[in-house]
Amino acid sequence: MRKNKILSGKWALVNGTIYDPFKKVNIDGSILLEDGIVIAVGNIDISDAQQIDCTGKIITSGFIDLHAHFRVPGREDKETLETGAMSAMAGGFTRVCVMPNTDPPLDTPEAIRFIKDKAESVPIQIYPIGAITIGQKGNEIAEYGEMIKEGAVALSDDGLPVENGHVLRLALEYSSMYGVPVINHAEDVPLRNEGLMNESPLSTRLGLDGNPDISESVMVFRDLEIAEFVDGRIHIPHVSTKKSVDIIRQYKAKGVNVTAEVTPHHLGLTENSLIDFDTNAKVAPPLRTDVDCKALIQGLNDNVITCIATDHAPHTIEDKEKDMKHSPCGMIGLESAFALSNTTLQGEGFSVEDVIGWLTAGPASVLEWEINAFEVGTPAEITIVDEASNWEMSTAHIYSKSKNSPMLGMTFKGEVIMTICGDYAFGKLD
Amino acid sequence: MGVLSTKHFIKLEGAPKEDIQHLIDTGLMFKEVLDRPIKKVPSLTGKNVVNLFFENSTRTRMSFELAEKRLSADVTNFSASSSSLNKGESFKDTIQNIHAMKMDCVVMRHPVPGSCLQLTKYVDAIVINAGDGKHEHPTQAMLDMMSLYEKFGYLKGLKVAIIGDISHSRVALSNIHGLITMGAEVTLCGPPHLIPIGIKELGVSVSHDVDEVVEWADVLNILRIQRERMGVGLIPSVREYRDFFGITQERLNRHKKEIVIMHPGPMNRGVEIDSSVADGDQAIILDQVLNGVAVRMSILYSLLGPEEEGKDEKK
Repeated sequence: MRKNKILSGKWALVNGTIYDPFKKVNIDGSILLEDGIVIAVGNIDISDAQQIDCTGKIITSGFIDLHAHFRVPGREDKETLETGAMSAMAGGFTRVCVMPNTDPPLDTPEAIRFIKDKAESVPIQIYPIGAITIGQKGNEIAEYGEMIKEGAVALSDDGLPVENGHVLRLALEYSSMYGVPVINHAEDVPLRNEGLMNESPLSTRLGLDGNPDISESVMVFRDLEIAEFVDGRIHIPHVSTKKSVDIIRQYKAKGVNVTAEVTPHHLGLTENSLIDFDTNAKVAPPLRTDVDCKALIQGLNDNVITCIATDHAPHTIEDKEKDMKHSPCGMIGLESAFALSNTTLQGEGFSVEDVIGWLTAGPASVLEWEINAFEVGTPAEITIVDEASNWEMSTAHIYSKSKNSPMLGMTFKGEVIMTICGDYAFGKLD
Repeated sequence: MGVLSTKHFIKLEGAPKEDIQHLIDTGLMFKEVLDRPIKKVPSLTGKNVVNLFFENSTRTRMSFELAEKRLSADVTNFSASSSSLNKGESFKDTIQNIHAMKMDCVVMRHPVPGSCLQLTKYVDAIVINAGDGKHEHPTQAMLDMMSLYEKFGYLKGLKVAIIGDISHSRVALSNIHGLITMGAEVTLCGPPHLIPIGIKELGVSVSHDVDEVVEWADVLNILRIQRERMGVGLIPSVREYRDFFGITQERLNRHKKEIVIMHPGPMNRGVEIDSSVADGDQAIILDQVLNGVAVRMSILYSLLGPEEEGKDEKK
């Protein structure tokens, strides 16, 4: 079990490998905190500080998630900012962007302010994403300027694609003066049809309606054409198919200002997770095939895909106990993000430093955040991982209010040991 | 566990040949019972079976009920209106009520694929799939195979064509799994957009030329055009479907060959099949209905019947 601890006074993180993912360098020595503020890094005198022994561990910058659903306001039975924050810290995240598909949606400056105010009471940093269109209805663009002034860091109608190409054009044109990315859930709804899983020989065998990979790539293509035409700033969320990776690669090569994210589950799981009709493996976009997983990994390697994002989507047990058709799409992902990504990507020859990069420097670059890791004088945002730890995921590892994960029972290599946000530490060390 | 390799009867995908043959043989044995003046045996006395139908059904539900009664089981029927189901809430509660009532066996039809497998997680009872969405309808495929076995005396090498809307058919999918396992050759025939992706991986051939298929086949299993399952626009018109895929008398006459005609029912006479074909000498459609009762008796008995007999037979 993880415990929380307030690090009042002086605390030193000692004996670990300090890795700065922004500069991609290791730093010798220790990190010294005082009341949660970084006061020194390196070979420093720590004799008057209490120590956290990090032998065999990597001390790195806190992870950043571009894509989570904390369900506030409206569905606090699924998640709250408080439970979402603990879920994030259990997974090593110190900054989380929350999607605006709430009830009501985050489509006004007041709604953004509401989240920012509420988030002050939780240890992590929460960054709301504002809606692209009023009410996420896909018709009229929202008050981007006012929302951004109140703290919105990006724009998205996530969960719902902006189906009207003209509206997306307006959104990309107008938002360009504010310099934030537009994140369009890339899905051609009529092509998706009633699809419950990836359309494939397996969907045929299971009798489940298929959602073809082209329902994503067709929309990615349209969105990139529009972005190119208006010189907009677009970010493609939760890329799931090889075809989409190929298209993004082409447009990136043409100089379009596009970034993209992939979820740990689209990297590491396939449609085979649905063989026993596990509703926890029902997500949007659906889990695809090995071929897609390999292409997504190649996309990360080539920087066609910029970062890993969780699409943490909590749902109640009652919702997920419905049948395949009626249970909602989504799985939680914050607790397992590092472990699943590390297990998958180390299996493909990548290093733990690569994985950390895609969880830190990657998402920071999407939002054009300049981050100096462990900067003296700033509140701590630190994650400690053990890349060698082998562990089996159970509900005891979940701090989200919801438990909808198909990863339960899976064995992972690599574990987040502790996360520190300011003076608030949460983890396994004493 | 009984004489079969599985506790439940959910699907024919992966079902071993021995299970299928055993169910056919036992089904033929029970068919004799159905010819007696008193059509009842005490095999399942004291067993509680519930027929849980979340989707409309007449013949499958009647067939199961008859099979259960012929075996002297205590039968309860439950039909949920599809409107309450659409709210998505009643499933687990309904199931838990059944669980609380200590049923030995649940026969379930449900519009969503995978529901029968989900059910096995919530109840101890033996679960029999009476059709789950467009996934499987294994008892229908069993009765189809029993009917063919009865007619021909073998399944291996038999040329079976399944004609119609394969994409939306659980009957087709279960038949494919069962027939391929038993060594039959299967060709699917229908318009390309009603043949699901990857179906050839199951070992079948696909054709869009019904005359070519009639020429090839020993048996035509003609699927109902399931209007209620399809969004508008999947079939341009009845006229066109009938012209290109309908098994008409005229079409059969042209081929001048012996061919066995099957249909899982209910039929749209004059659409996928002509009345004269359905009622003709080559049709075994009514045999299928009686065999449905017999093979369901066989399935119920094999899953719920006395342990000792099962053990003996296994040796």
